[in-house]
Amino acid sequence: MLVLDRVGKTYPNGVRALDGISLEVAPGEILVVIGGSGCGKSTMLRAISGLDTPTQGRVVLDGTVITAPHEKIGIIFQEPRLLPWLRVADNVGFGLEDRPKAERQARVKTALTRVGLTDKARVWPRELSGGQAQRVAIVRALVPRPQVLLLDEPFSALDAFTRADLQDHLLDLWADLEPTLVMVTHDVEEAIVLADRIMVMRPHPGRVYDEIDCDLPRPRDRQSAAFDFVKRRVLAALDRSLDRAAVTIDGETKAAHGGGMWW
Amino acid sequence: MTATAEQAAAEQPAPKARTARYLRPALGLLLPVALALLWEIAVRMGLSNGRLVPPPSVIWSTFSELASTGELQQHAFATLWRVGWGFICGVLAGTILGAIAGYSALTYRLLDPTLQGLRAVPSIAWVPLFILWFGIFEASKMILIAVGVFFPVYLGVMGAVISVDRKIVEVGRVFRLSGFAMVRRILLPAVMPAYVLSLRAGLGLGWMFVLAAEFLGASTGLGFLLIDGQQLGKPAQIVAAIVAFAILGKASDWIIQLLASPLLRWEDVVARR
Repeated sequence: MLVLDRVGKTYPNGVRALDGISLEVAPGEILVVIGGSGCGKSTMLRAISGLDTPTQGRVVLDGTVITAPHEKIGIIFQEPRLLPWLRVADNVGFGLEDRPKAERQARVKTALTRVGLTDKARVWPRELSGGQAQRVAIVRALVPRPQVLLLDEPFSALDAFTRADLQDHLLDLWADLEPTLVMVTHDVEEAIVLADRIMVMRPHPGRVYDEIDCDLPRPRDRQSAAFDFVKRRVLAALDRSLDRAAVTIDGETKAAHGGGMWW
Repeated sequence: MTATAEQAAAEQPAPKARTARYLRPALGLLLPVALALLWEIAVRMGLSNGRLVPPPSVIWSTFSELASTGELQQHAFATLWRVGWGFICGVLAGTILGAIAGYSALTYRLLDPTLQGLRAVPSIAWVPLFILWFGIFEASKMILIAVGVFFPVYLGVMGAVISVDRKIVEVGRVFRLSGFAMVRRILLPAVMPAYVLSLRAGLGLGWMFVLAAEFLGASTGLGFLLIDGQQLGKPAQIVAAIVAFAILGKASDWIIQLLASPLLRWEDVVARR
């Protein structure tokens, strides 16, 4: 169980990015966090990963307080961040350095097969397409078998087709070990395709605005009425989250945002 | 002479990629060989007496004469010895101080202004002081060369360490690398391309400074050969020494590239071709 206990983050320059986020994520749950820019989504993810430490509250995973990167927590960033000096296979095995060579090679091979990149094992990262590189990044984070996988807008730099493809790959890989997924996105459809639960955040400072359960049967049909229903709920929540922000800190926020302009 | 064969081979359109791979470097020989041939022909035809600009044949005979007496090897070795030790000392100091200065904003502020100030001093200006401190023999020469090598290496390492992509370092942190593992698996490979470049720049300056050191009083070395050739009016000897410099400089640079190439295979080869 991943628990956030009144997590807050105030940057040294006085900006309050996060304010008292409390949250419980069950093992194997897929939580998607969505919200406008500046609502602290990434800050929250970095606090969970241990890359940054919260200034208030704490992050607890199975009774352990997280203050630094932890072996049970993996993270995937918006960019693949592959190490350009390692071949694809060595990038995937980067987190397995302490394992015996045979085991490492076997796990890397299986992982690359799972994402259809067996033939790219000996290739340098610069020779991969954007979608391929992000697939490598996903398996690199997954081969050490983390209990929690954090994803910070991992598909936002990709085109729509590649994005849908990678969402399928992600769900497929998730089904193997069912780690807890916490994913940040600003793509509403992506959130509904993936999530068990959608958390809408509101900005200035970042807080939880609403939580929407998303228990559509999988695989999810983007054209179905149920999908559309959830989508409307999420969009409505996003709009409201911004309107209210405009009221609370009048003067700072410009005129109320238009419906489609929430990002 | 093999030059004509070379020339012919280079001019032939390569039928296969394999032969093209070996012929392409030979293209670089085309221009100097052609110029040398033209000059040789001009002197043979009496268009010039070739006294001040000796033709290749005279340079070659001087070269082989110097080599047969062992003089050339002796001078070349003396110069190589100085460059070698100066390079090693300069690289060590430049790497260590560069890494320290690049490590944090504090160490940068502490170290860099002093070193940049010293860098602004024309390095030859140190010569009188070095001679007073270290004598007129090898030590002062090597130290002058080390000073020349130091600055490009220092700047290269410092700049490379500062500009290591923080996002890549973060990947190291996510996998809980720290201290030595972070240096070995992330920082070293990340700075390697810039480091190799700075080593090559440093070596180039090392070759420049060895000449300065040898001009200022030496009884051995290729620089001495140059001065000797000037004083005795032997232009062929001067050109022979210059050719020796060119060969040694190019060869030493090539060795660095060769040693570094397995570490830099991941770089974009298209850009270097």
